[in-house]
Amino acid sequence: MANSAVKSQGYATLARGLWEENPIFRQVLGICSTLAVTNYLLNTIIMCAGLTFTLCASCVTVSLLRHYTPVRIRMMVQTLIIASYVIVVDIVIRAQLPEISEQLGPYVGLIITNCIVMGRCESFARSNGPVLSFWDALGNSLGYSAVLLCIAFFRELLGFRTLLGYRVLGDWFTPWTVMMMAPGAFFMLAILVWIARSRDAVEEEKGK
Amino acid sequence: MTPGQNLFVIFFAAVFTNNILLTYFLGMCPFLGCSREVKTALGLGTAVIFVITCTSGLNWIVYEFFLRQGALTWLLGAGAETLDLTYLRFIIFIVVIAAFVQFVEIVIERVSLRLYYALGVFLPLITVNCAILGVSLFMVIRDYSFLSAVAYGFGSGVGWALAIVAMAGIRDRMKKANVPHGLEGPGITLIIAGIMALAFMGFSGIIKL
Repeated sequence: MANSAVKSQGYATLARGLWEENPIFRQVLGICSTLAVTNYLLNTIIMCAGLTFTLCASCVTVSLLRHYTPVRIRMMVQTLIIASYVIVVDIVIRAQLPEISEQLGPYVGLIITNCIVMGRCESFARSNGPVLSFWDALGNSLGYSAVLLCIAFFRELLGFRTLLGYRVLGDWFTPWTVMMMAPGAFFMLAILVWIARSRDAVEEEKGK
Repeated sequence: MTPGQNLFVIFFAAVFTNNILLTYFLGMCPFLGCSREVKTALGLGTAVIFVITCTSGLNWIVYEFFLRQGALTWLLGAGAETLDLTYLRFIIFIVVIAAFVQFVEIVIERVSLRLYYALGVFLPLITVNCAILGVSLFMVIRDYSFLSAVAYGFGSGVGWALAIVAMAGIRDRMKKANVPHGLEGPGITLIIAGIMALAFMGFSGIIKL
Protein backbone atom coordinates (compact mmCIF):
# COMPACT_ATOMS: atom_id res chain seq x y z
CA MET A 1 0.00 0.00 0.00
CA ALA A 2 2.69 2.42 1.05
CA ASN A 3 4.50 1.73 -2.15
CA SER A 4 1.54 2.60 -4.35
CA ALA A 5 0.93 5.77 -2.34
CA VAL A 6 4.51 6.86 -3.01
CA LYS A 7 4.03 6.02 -6.64
CA SER A 8 0.88 8.07 -7.07
CA GLN A 9 2.52 10.94 -5.23
CA GLY A 10 5.35 10.68 -7.72
CA TYR A 11 2.98 10.88 -10.66
CA ALA A 12 1.16 13.80 -9.11
CA THR A 13 4.48 15.61 -8.71
CA LEU A 14 5.37 14.82 -12.30
CA ALA A 15 2.05 16.08 -13.62
CA ARG A 16 2.27 19.24 -11.56
CA GLY A 17 5.54 20.17 -13.23
CA LEU A 18 4.09 19.42 -16.66
CA TRP A 19 1.10 21.69 -16.56
CA GLU A 20 -0.13 23.19 -13.27
CA GLU A 21 3.21 24.61 -12.29
CA ASN A 22 4.81 24.59 -15.70
CA PRO A 23 8.00 26.62 -15.18
CA ILE A 24 7.53 28.71 -18.29
CA PHE A 25 3.80 29.44 -18.21
CA ARG A 26 3.46 29.98 -14.50
CA GLN A 27 6.76 31.45 -13.47
CA VAL A 28 8.35 32.49 -16.78
CA LEU A 29 11.65 31.27 -15.41
CA GLY A 30 14.75 29.89 -16.97
CA ILE A 31 14.17 30.93 -20.53
CA CYS A 32 17.55 32.65 -20.73
CA SER A 33 19.82 30.08 -22.20
CA THR A 34 17.43 27.88 -24.06
CA LEU A 35 15.30 30.44 -25.86
CA ALA A 36 18.34 31.47 -27.84
CA VAL A 37 18.66 28.12 -29.60
CA THR A 38 15.01 27.76 -30.59
CA ASN A 39 15.62 28.82 -34.20
CA TYR A 40 16.34 25.17 -35.11
CA LEU A 41 14.31 22.26 -33.82
CA LEU A 42 17.29 19.89 -33.65
CA ASN A 43 19.37 22.26 -31.51
CA THR A 44 16.42 22.71 -29.20
CA ILE A 45 16.01 18.95 -28.78
CA ILE A 46 19.67 18.55 -27.86
CA MET A 47 19.56 21.50 -25.52
CA CYS A 48 16.38 20.27 -23.80
CA ALA A 49 17.87 16.79 -23.40
CA GLY A 50 20.92 18.37 -21.79
CA LEU A 51 18.73 20.42 -19.48
CA THR A 52 16.60 17.43 -18.53
CA PHE A 53 19.67 15.41 -17.63
CA THR A 54 21.22 18.27 -15.65
CA LEU A 55 18.03 19.07 -13.80
CA CYS A 56 17.23 15.47 -12.83
CA ALA A 57 20.79 14.60 -11.87
CA SER A 58 21.41 17.73 -9.84
CA CYS A 59 18.04 17.57 -8.06
CA VAL A 60 18.68 13.99 -7.01
CA THR A 61 22.20 14.86 -5.87
CA VAL A 62 21.06 17.91 -3.93
CA SER A 63 18.33 15.84 -2.35
CA LEU A 64 20.74 13.07 -1.35
CA LEU A 65 23.12 15.59 0.20
CA ARG A 66 20.40 17.65 1.85
CA HIS A 67 21.21 16.54 5.39
CA TYR A 68 24.93 17.17 4.98
CA THR A 69 24.86 20.61 3.39
CA PRO A 70 25.17 23.55 5.77
CA VAL A 71 22.39 26.04 5.07
CA ARG A 72 24.70 29.02 4.70
CA ILE A 73 26.72 27.63 1.83
CA ARG A 74 23.96 25.65 0.14
CA MET A 75 23.75 27.96 -2.90
CA MET A 76 27.42 27.50 -3.64
CA VAL A 77 27.17 23.72 -3.19
CA GLN A 78 24.17 23.59 -5.52
CA THR A 79 25.94 25.70 -8.12
CA LEU A 80 28.96 23.41 -8.04
CA ILE A 81 26.81 20.29 -8.37
CA ILE A 82 24.97 21.81 -11.32
CA ALA A 83 28.19 22.97 -12.95
CA SER A 84 29.70 19.49 -12.69
CA TYR A 85 26.76 17.94 -14.52
CA VAL A 86 26.82 20.66 -17.15
CA ILE A 87 30.47 19.86 -17.80
CA VAL A 88 29.44 16.24 -18.40
CA VAL A 89 26.74 17.37 -20.84
CA ASP A 90 29.18 19.68 -22.63
CA ILE A 91 31.82 16.97 -23.03
CA VAL A 92 29.28 14.46 -24.34
CA ILE A 93 27.84 16.89 -26.89
CA ARG A 94 31.30 17.97 -27.97
CA ALA A 95 32.41 14.38 -28.49
CA GLN A 96 29.28 13.02 -30.14
CA LEU A 97 27.89 15.99 -32.04
CA PRO A 98 30.77 18.39 -32.74
CA GLU A 99 28.83 20.44 -35.32
CA ILE A 100 25.91 21.06 -33.02
CA SER A 101 28.28 21.85 -30.19
CA GLU A 102 29.77 24.56 -32.40
CA GLN A 103 26.34 26.01 -33.15
CA LEU A 104 25.22 25.96 -29.55
CA GLY A 105 28.33 27.90 -28.59
CA PRO A 106 28.28 29.11 -25.02
CA TYR A 107 24.67 28.20 -24.41
CA VAL A 108 25.35 24.70 -23.09
CA GLY A 109 27.51 26.20 -20.36
CA LEU A 110 24.80 28.67 -19.57
CA ILE A 111 22.53 25.86 -18.35
CA ILE A 112 24.38 26.45 -15.06
CA THR A 113 22.72 29.81 -14.61
CA ASN A 114 19.36 28.60 -15.88
CA CYS A 115 17.03 29.71 -13.12
CA ILE A 116 14.91 26.55 -13.32
CA VAL A 117 17.71 24.26 -12.23
CA MET A 118 18.59 26.40 -9.24
CA GLY A 119 14.92 27.06 -8.56
CA ARG A 120 13.93 23.39 -8.39
CA CYS A 121 16.97 22.51 -6.25
CA GLU A 122 16.21 25.34 -3.87
CA SER A 123 12.44 25.04 -3.64
CA PHE A 124 11.90 21.28 -3.92
CA ALA A 125 14.94 19.00 -3.83
CA ARG A 126 16.36 20.68 -0.73
CA SER A 127 13.40 19.56 1.38
CA ASN A 128 12.26 16.31 -0.29
CA GLY A 129 13.57 12.80 -0.80
CA PRO A 130 15.54 11.79 -3.90
CA VAL A 131 12.71 9.83 -5.58
CA LEU A 132 10.16 12.62 -5.32
CA SER A 133 12.81 15.14 -6.35
CA PHE A 134 13.50 13.10 -9.43
CA TRP A 135 9.84 13.11 -10.44
CA ASP A 136 9.59 16.80 -9.76
CA ALA A 137 12.70 17.52 -11.83
CA LEU A 138 11.50 15.29 -14.66
CA GLY A 139 8.06 16.90 -14.72
CA ASN A 140 9.49 20.38 -14.74
CA SER A 141 12.06 19.72 -17.41
CA LEU A 142 9.56 17.94 -19.65
CA GLY A 143 7.03 20.73 -19.21
CA TYR A 144 9.76 23.19 -20.02
CA SER A 145 10.98 21.21 -23.03
CA ALA A 146 7.46 20.88 -24.43
CA VAL A 147 7.03 24.65 -24.53
CA LEU A 148 10.43 25.26 -26.09
CA LEU A 149 9.96 22.54 -28.71
CA CYS A 150 6.67 24.14 -29.62
CA ILE A 151 8.41 27.50 -30.10
CA ALA A 152 11.21 25.88 -32.10
CA PHE A 153 8.72 23.99 -34.28
CA PHE A 154 7.00 27.20 -35.40
CA ARG A 155 10.21 29.22 -35.65
CA GLU A 156 11.94 26.71 -37.90
CA LEU A 157 8.82 26.05 -39.95
CA LEU A 158 7.98 29.70 -40.57
CA GLY A 159 11.53 31.05 -40.62
CA PHE A 160 13.33 28.46 -42.72
CA ARG A 161 10.44 26.42 -44.20
CA THR A 162 12.12 23.29 -42.81
CA LEU A 163 11.68 20.86 -39.92
CA LEU A 164 14.75 19.13 -38.49
CA GLY A 165 16.57 20.29 -41.62
CA TYR A 166 14.09 18.75 -44.10
CA ARG A 167 12.24 21.06 -46.42
CA VAL A 168 8.55 21.01 -45.52
CA LEU A 169 6.96 24.08 -47.08
CA GLY A 170 7.28 24.75 -50.78
CA ASP A 171 8.37 27.89 -52.62
CA TRP A 172 4.87 29.31 -52.41
CA PHE A 173 5.51 30.17 -48.78
CA THR A 174 7.56 33.29 -48.15
CA PRO A 175 9.78 32.67 -45.11
CA TRP A 176 9.20 35.01 -42.20
CA THR A 177 12.60 36.53 -41.58
CA VAL A 178 11.53 37.80 -38.19
CA MET A 179 11.15 34.20 -36.99
CA MET A 180 14.81 33.52 -37.64
CA MET A 181 15.84 36.53 -35.59
CA ALA A 182 15.61 37.21 -31.88
CA PRO A 183 12.24 39.05 -31.89
CA GLY A 184 10.53 35.96 -33.29
CA ALA A 185 11.37 34.03 -30.14
CA PHE A 186 9.98 36.78 -27.92
CA PHE A 187 6.75 36.95 -29.88
CA MET A 188 6.27 33.17 -30.01
CA LEU A 189 6.82 32.84 -26.28
CA ALA A 190 4.46 35.72 -25.57
CA ILE A 191 1.75 34.09 -27.68
CA LEU A 192 2.14 30.75 -25.88
CA VAL A 193 2.05 32.39 -22.45
CA TRP A 194 -1.03 34.30 -23.55
CA ILE A 195 -2.82 31.12 -24.68
CA ALA A 196 -1.91 29.21 -21.51
CA ARG A 197 -2.97 31.99 -19.17
CA SER A 198 -6.22 32.72 -21.00
CA ARG A 199 -7.14 29.05 -20.76
CA ASP A 200 -6.56 29.24 -17.03
CA ALA A 201 -8.80 32.25 -16.72
CA VAL A 202 -11.60 30.42 -18.53
CA GLU A 203 -11.21 27.40 -16.25
CA GLU A 204 -11.24 29.59 -13.16
CA GLU A 205 -14.52 31.15 -14.19
CA LYS A 206 -16.02 27.74 -14.80
CA GLY A 207 -14.88 26.69 -11.33
CA LYS A 208 -16.75 29.59 -9.77
CA MET B 1 38.27 38.47 -34.37
CA THR B 2 41.74 39.99 -34.24
CA PRO B 3 43.02 41.10 -30.84
CA GLY B 4 43.92 44.54 -32.21
CA GLN B 5 40.33 45.37 -33.02
CA ASN B 6 39.15 48.79 -32.11
CA LEU B 7 37.87 48.76 -28.53
CA PHE B 8 35.34 51.40 -29.36
CA VAL B 9 33.81 49.21 -32.05
CA ILE B 10 33.56 46.26 -29.65
CA PHE B 11 31.93 48.46 -27.04
CA PHE B 12 29.33 49.88 -29.40
CA ALA B 13 28.60 46.55 -30.98
CA ALA B 14 27.97 45.07 -27.53
CA VAL B 15 25.64 47.90 -26.55
CA PHE B 16 23.58 48.26 -29.71
CA THR B 17 23.93 45.77 -32.52
CA ASN B 18 24.64 42.68 -30.45
CA ASN B 19 22.80 43.59 -27.30
CA ILE B 20 23.30 40.73 -24.87
CA LEU B 21 19.68 40.74 -23.79
CA LEU B 22 17.81 41.38 -27.00
CA THR B 23 19.86 39.25 -29.38
CA TYR B 24 21.33 36.57 -27.11
CA PHE B 25 18.50 36.32 -24.54
CA LEU B 26 20.89 36.44 -21.62
CA GLY B 27 19.75 37.83 -18.30
CA MET B 28 16.07 37.37 -19.09
CA CYS B 29 14.90 36.38 -15.61
CA PRO B 30 15.80 39.61 -13.80
CA PHE B 31 14.77 41.48 -16.94
CA LEU B 32 11.22 40.16 -16.62
CA GLY B 33 11.16 40.17 -12.83
CA CYS B 34 12.78 43.47 -11.86
CA SER B 35 11.61 45.82 -14.58
CA ARG B 36 8.53 47.23 -12.87
CA GLU B 37 10.12 50.43 -11.63
CA VAL B 38 12.75 52.62 -13.21
CA LYS B 39 14.57 53.09 -9.91
CA THR B 40 15.00 49.37 -9.27
CA ALA B 41 16.01 48.80 -12.86
CA LEU B 42 18.62 51.53 -12.64
CA GLY B 43 20.11 50.07 -9.45
CA LEU B 44 20.24 46.58 -10.86
CA GLY B 45 21.63 47.87 -14.15
CA THR B 46 24.45 49.74 -12.41
CA ALA B 47 25.35 46.69 -10.34
CA VAL B 48 25.41 44.54 -13.46
CA ILE B 49 27.63 46.99 -15.36
CA PHE B 50 30.13 46.99 -12.51
CA VAL B 51 30.19 43.24 -11.92
CA ILE B 52 30.21 42.28 -15.59
CA THR B 53 33.15 44.58 -16.39
CA CYS B 54 35.26 43.34 -13.50
CA THR B 55 34.46 39.65 -13.88
CA SER B 56 35.15 39.61 -17.61
CA GLY B 57 38.64 40.98 -16.85
CA LEU B 58 39.17 38.55 -13.98
CA ASN B 59 37.95 35.57 -15.93
CA TRP B 60 40.15 36.53 -18.86
CA ILE B 61 43.19 36.47 -16.56
CA VAL B 62 42.16 33.15 -15.04
CA TYR B 63 41.53 31.62 -18.45
CA GLU B 64 44.73 32.92 -20.02
CA PHE B 65 47.03 31.92 -17.16
CA PHE B 66 45.43 28.75 -15.81
CA LEU B 67 42.90 27.12 -18.08
CA ARG B 68 43.80 27.32 -21.75
CA GLN B 69 45.97 24.73 -23.38
CA GLY B 70 49.57 25.15 -22.30
CA ALA B 71 48.70 28.05 -20.05
CA LEU B 72 50.30 26.48 -17.01
CA THR B 73 53.79 26.36 -18.48
CA TRP B 74 54.76 29.46 -16.49
CA LEU B 75 54.06 27.50 -13.31
CA LEU B 76 54.86 23.88 -14.09
CA GLY B 77 57.53 24.23 -16.75
CA ALA B 78 57.62 22.88 -20.30
CA GLY B 79 55.98 19.59 -19.34
CA ALA B 80 52.63 21.31 -19.03
CA GLU B 81 52.40 22.37 -22.65
CA THR B 82 49.74 19.83 -23.55
CA LEU B 83 47.78 20.31 -20.36
CA ASP B 84 44.33 21.60 -21.25
CA LEU B 85 41.97 22.56 -18.46
CA THR B 86 39.48 24.34 -20.71
CA TYR B 87 36.71 21.95 -19.74
CA LEU B 88 36.86 23.28 -16.19
CA ARG B 89 35.96 26.77 -17.31
CA PHE B 90 32.26 26.56 -16.39
CA ILE B 91 33.02 25.73 -12.78
CA ILE B 92 35.93 28.13 -12.43
CA PHE B 93 34.12 31.05 -14.05
CA ILE B 94 31.05 30.68 -11.88
CA VAL B 95 33.19 30.41 -8.76
CA VAL B 96 35.13 33.54 -9.71
CA ILE B 97 31.88 35.41 -10.31
CA ALA B 98 30.32 34.23 -7.05
CA ALA B 99 33.45 35.03 -5.07
CA PHE B 100 33.75 38.46 -6.65
CA VAL B 101 30.13 39.31 -5.94
CA GLN B 102 30.51 38.21 -2.32
CA PHE B 103 33.68 40.27 -2.01
CA VAL B 104 32.07 43.39 -3.44
CA GLU B 105 29.12 42.96 -1.12
CA ILE B 106 31.39 42.88 1.93
CA VAL B 107 33.46 45.83 0.74
CA ILE B 108 30.60 48.19 -0.01
CA GLU B 109 28.88 47.26 3.22
CA ARG B 110 31.96 48.51 5.07
CA VAL B 111 32.74 51.48 2.87
CA SER B 112 29.37 53.03 2.22
CA LEU B 113 26.11 51.96 3.78
CA ARG B 114 24.18 54.18 1.41
CA LEU B 115 25.68 52.49 -1.60
CA TYR B 116 25.03 49.16 0.08
CA TYR B 117 21.35 49.85 0.38
CA ALA B 118 21.21 51.13 -3.19
CA LEU B 119 23.15 48.29 -4.82
CA GLY B 120 23.70 45.63 -2.17
CA VAL B 121 20.24 44.12 -2.40
CA PHE B 122 20.81 43.35 -6.06
CA LEU B 123 24.19 41.74 -5.69
CA PRO B 124 23.11 38.22 -4.65
CA LEU B 125 20.74 38.18 -7.62
CA ILE B 126 23.62 38.84 -9.94
CA THR B 127 25.53 35.62 -9.35
CA VAL B 128 22.87 33.68 -11.20
CA ASN B 129 22.43 36.29 -13.91
CA CYS B 130 23.21 34.43 -17.10
CA ALA B 131 24.50 37.58 -18.77
CA ILE B 132 27.55 37.64 -16.51
CA LEU B 133 28.58 34.06 -17.20
CA GLY B 134 27.57 34.47 -20.83
CA VAL B 135 29.97 37.36 -21.37
CA SER B 136 32.83 35.33 -19.92
CA LEU B 137 32.02 32.39 -22.19
CA PHE B 138 31.62 34.54 -25.31
CA MET B 139 34.93 36.21 -24.58
CA VAL B 140 36.67 32.82 -24.59
CA ILE B 141 35.00 31.72 -27.82
CA ARG B 142 35.84 34.96 -29.60
CA ASP B 143 39.44 34.90 -28.45
CA TYR B 144 39.51 38.49 -27.19
CA SER B 145 42.60 40.22 -25.82
CA PHE B 146 42.44 41.53 -22.26
CA LEU B 147 41.35 45.06 -23.18
CA SER B 148 38.85 43.80 -25.74
CA ALA B 149 37.37 41.47 -23.13
CA VAL B 150 36.95 44.31 -20.65
CA ALA B 151 35.48 46.59 -23.33
CA TYR B 152 33.12 43.81 -24.35
CA GLY B 153 32.09 43.20 -20.75
CA PHE B 154 31.51 46.90 -20.14
CA GLY B 155 29.55 47.27 -23.37
CA SER B 156 27.38 44.25 -22.58
CA GLY B 157 26.66 45.61 -19.12
CA VAL B 158 25.69 49.01 -20.51
CA GLY B 159 23.54 47.36 -23.16
CA TRP B 160 21.77 45.23 -20.57
CA ALA B 161 21.20 48.20 -18.27
CA LEU B 162 19.89 50.26 -21.19
CA ALA B 163 17.42 47.55 -22.13
CA ILE B 164 16.10 47.01 -18.60
CA VAL B 165 15.76 50.74 -17.85
CA ALA B 166 13.95 51.31 -21.15
CA MET B 167 11.67 48.39 -20.36
CA ALA B 168 10.94 49.75 -16.88
CA GLY B 169 10.08 53.11 -18.39
CA ILE B 170 7.70 51.53 -20.87
CA ARG B 171 6.06 49.34 -18.23
CA ASP B 172 5.61 52.38 -16.03
CA ARG B 173 3.61 54.03 -18.79
CA MET B 174 1.62 50.85 -19.34
CA LYS B 175 0.32 50.64 -15.78
CA LYS B 176 -2.99 52.23 -16.65
CA ALA B 177 -3.36 50.49 -19.99
CA ASN B 178 -6.09 47.92 -20.41
CA VAL B 179 -4.22 44.71 -21.22
CA PRO B 180 -6.10 41.46 -22.01
CA HIS B 181 -6.20 39.28 -18.92
CA GLY B 182 -3.99 36.48 -20.22
CA LEU B 183 -1.31 38.89 -21.38
CA GLU B 184 -0.86 40.72 -18.09
CA GLY B 185 2.58 40.54 -16.54
CA PRO B 186 5.11 38.42 -18.41
CA GLY B 187 3.11 38.12 -21.62
CA ILE B 188 2.99 41.80 -22.43
CA THR B 189 6.57 42.25 -21.22
CA LEU B 190 7.74 39.66 -23.72
CA ILE B 191 5.88 41.37 -26.54
CA ILE B 192 7.46 44.71 -25.60
CA ALA B 193 10.84 42.97 -25.49
CA GLY B 194 10.20 41.63 -28.97
CA ILE B 195 9.38 45.09 -30.28
CA MET B 196 12.48 46.47 -28.57
CA ALA B 197 14.55 43.74 -30.19
CA LEU B 198 13.09 44.73 -33.55
CA ALA B 199 14.00 48.35 -32.86
CA PHE B 200 17.54 47.39 -31.90
CA MET B 201 17.85 45.44 -35.13
CA GLY B 202 17.69 48.80 -36.81
CA PHE B 203 21.20 49.43 -35.54
CA SER B 204 22.56 46.30 -37.11
CA GLY B 205 23.83 47.99 -40.27
CA ILE B 206 26.14 50.33 -38.36
CA ILE B 207 28.77 47.97 -37.00
CA LYS B 208 29.47 44.30 -37.57
CA LEU B 209 30.84 42.25 -34.73
